[in-house]
Amino acid sequence: MTATAIEHGPEHGHAADDHHHAGESGLATYLENTRRNRLGMWLFFASEAFLFLALLVTRFYLWRGPHGEVVRPELDQFAGLVVTAVLLLSSYFMNRAEVSIANDKRTDFLTSLLITAFLGTAFLVGVVVWEWGMFPGIVKGHLKPTDGVFGAVVFGMTGMHALHVLSGVILILNVWWLGRKGHFSGERHWGVEACAIYWHYVDLVWIFFYPAIYLIGTTIDVPH
Amino acid sequence: MSLFTLGIARGLLGQVLGMVIGMLLTCAVRILLGWEAWAAEPAWTVGAVCSIIGFLLGVGSLDDWLKWTKGIPTPLHHGPPVDKPAWTRYFSVDYNHKVIGVQYTVWGILLLMVGGTVAMIFRTELARSGLQFLGLDLYNSFIGMHGMIMIFAILLGVGGMANYLVPLMIGAEDMAFPRLNALGFWFNVPGSVLLLLSLFVGGWDAGWTAYPPLSARGPIGYQLFFLGVFAIGLSSIVGSLNLLVTLLRMRPEGMSLFRMPIFCWAVFATSLIQLTATQLIGTSFLMVSVQRALGMGFFDPRGILGEVSPMVGGGDPVLFQHLFWFYSHPAVYIFVLPGLGIVSELLPVFSRKPLFGYKWIALSSMAIAIVGFLVWGHHMFVSGYNDILRIPFMYATLLVAIPTGVKFFSWLGTIWGGKVHFDTPMLFVLGAISVFLIGGLTGPILATVPTDFPLHDSYFVVGHFHATMFGGFVFPFFAALYYWFPKVTGRMYNETLGKIHFFIMTPAFWVQTLGQMGVGVMGMRRRIADYDPTLGAGQIESWQLAVTIAGFAIAFGVMLMLWNFFQNAEVGAAAGDNPWRSRSPEWQIPSPVPEHSFPAPLHVVGEPYDYGLADAGYVTTASTGDD
Repeated sequence: MTATAIEHGPEHGHAADDHHHAGESGLATYLENTRRNRLGMWLFFASEAFLFLALLVTRFYLWRGPHGEVVRPELDQFAGLVVTAVLLLSSYFMNRAEVSIANDKRTDFLTSLLITAFLGTAFLVGVVVWEWGMFPGIVKGHLKPTDGVFGAVVFGMTGMHALHVLSGVILILNVWWLGRKGHFSGERHWGVEACAIYWHYVDLVWIFFYPAIYLIGTTIDVPH
Repeated sequence: MSLFTLGIARGLLGQVLGMVIGMLLTCAVRILLGWEAWAAEPAWTVGAVCSIIGFLLGVGSLDDWLKWTKGIPTPLHHGPPVDKPAWTRYFSVDYNHKVIGVQYTVWGILLLMVGGTVAMIFRTELARSGLQFLGLDLYNSFIGMHGMIMIFAILLGVGGMANYLVPLMIGAEDMAFPRLNALGFWFNVPGSVLLLLSLFVGGWDAGWTAYPPLSARGPIGYQLFFLGVFAIGLSSIVGSLNLLVTLLRMRPEGMSLFRMPIFCWAVFATSLIQLTATQLIGTSFLMVSVQRALGMGFFDPRGILGEVSPMVGGGDPVLFQHLFWFYSHPAVYIFVLPGLGIVSELLPVFSRKPLFGYKWIALSSMAIAIVGFLVWGHHMFVSGYNDILRIPFMYATLLVAIPTGVKFFSWLGTIWGGKVHFDTPMLFVLGAISVFLIGGLTGPILATVPTDFPLHDSYFVVGHFHATMFGGFVFPFFAALYYWFPKVTGRMYNETLGKIHFFIMTPAFWVQTLGQMGVGVMGMRRRIADYDPTLGAGQIESWQLAVTIAGFAIAFGVMLMLWNFFQNAEVGAAAGDNPWRSRSPEWQIPSPVPEHSFPAPLHVVGEPYDYGLADAGYVTTASTGDD
């Protein structure tokens, strides 16, 4: 029996993850594959939602005062507000990138991606330097991971979220690099769409995390 | 041909290298921070993370995605590898769902044997009171190891059946995401390696549930155990995602959801649980892991305000139990729903009658999956959580009996008045029903708060749990192995040996499960290495001995089955394409299934289970060419 390597033409209609490579004639296959990919992506989000929900449950379960009231530690409100604004702004540019490639405006597409990646990186720097105080020479943080449940939850939630932002930035830079090499078109840009909805999703998670960490509950003094 | 043409050998080498690189990386960072270079726990933990990545890179499961990041086209390769013997595809990354299904199943059976061997060791220890040859720590590690390895084995068995059967049953060419499918399998190998490796770095002595505070203070083995579970959990998540997309988007024209083979419904319900709940065991174990590694006190009750108000800022071990059981209870439905789907799938074939109440069975799987999310608290009746929570959890748990009862009555309705053929798969299906009934009837006793109190943490729970796992997974899994063996190999197993296996294993299992419940009622605690021989009016030792002998009989039966398969896979009598006269799509194509399963798209022309009705077709594979 001889083995054969088969290219995916339209008549084989295989492999949803084979998106960039089907020939021009395979648009129907490409669209069906994109539908599968999209469903897969949303199922992935559903799965991830349970991770983030678990962290939110942990926060409201553990941050309780002496009488069971909801409390939160004193954090840098200005830092929180700035990084949140930066992240929300980045979602606008991510959307602009996706709309641009859908309309074959390649320059706008690439510029918007770079701005998104820059804002995402700014968010990461804000969290790591400003809020975590990883570089005490620049900014001294408010909490250490070892500060009871307050340190644990702040670092747990922002850490898990930052990990997602970091992977999103890497994804955006990868898409930007491929876009510069001429990948993606108005008709075929599932890679960009996936990257965009992932970025919006990570944003959406922060919209729940920000008030949970920074706003809800009465402040409590955490001694070090 | 060198050993390293096999993907798995390259993967294991990559795992070792990853471990070493991870350890060196840890040392380097520690030196940079000005700390002492070597610290065992961080080194092993980072090493273990890198070892999983090392394995995946080594085996080649990430190759295509790495090419995508560079924009290199990656056409899917069909068929055995070009420049290597055909059998090597089973030991390397292969994107055909039939190969992946076999990989899952074989790896699952291997783990089943490892887990079974561990059980035989501590069961021998328990045959007499006093400590004969196992130390206390090793005994503790072994019971946890038996539990977790068996869970891995069951997840792999479920993955094997689902990956092999679902695309064939819905007439799809392959799974929706073949690369993700392969990745899902290969996660399991480094995960199992880490789990076994954990025994050599101190083991873990809190049982498979790994409750803190014990797990937050025990040996380094915990970190490897957590990461092993992580790897298997990732496999569950990507595997279930793939199955859901396949089921939702790749059915042929005319196959509405209620015209799928019933096993697909079971897989659908299972996948919904796996996709979502698995995150929670990952999160809870990750929290313990970072508590150990970084001192983040999620479950450390020591407060931060000291004398003023000692509890403020303190963690809570009960939170761990909530998060853990939010996965680990639905997990038992992950284990049993596919098995119950196998029972529903096989009964009409061997009774030659339509499946009784198809829609009700399909919806009962969904109902079990949904209600399963609301019952985790019944594991925590004595944990010290708020008393008021016990009542809703009790009622929610009892509610599970309703959809399960629907399944039982529908099975009875299917057999009733049928022309029943007692081939080995059918015997195992009937065995499954009898054993699952034992497990099902002892469930409400444990779900009801007042009766749970005296039985909690006793061997009664062990007996109940093993009855549900054997009835819900092991017996149906064996039925499935016998039933689809001719489809996978094209050969027939030895029917006499199969029947001997059944008639050894089934009574042995009844003795084992009822014996376990019996010693539990006598006062035997679970997870205890020794017991008082005067319990049960001095009868407990003979009961324990009976359970141990029954356990060995089951092990003997399993070996008989594997020998039967091994003997007949190559040289057994040719089975023909459809030895069971099934209507399901996978039996309408040749055995073993060719590389491209279906020559042409399926056409669905009728109901799936109209056995015994004249001229009632289900699918046609009208071919346009000369295939």
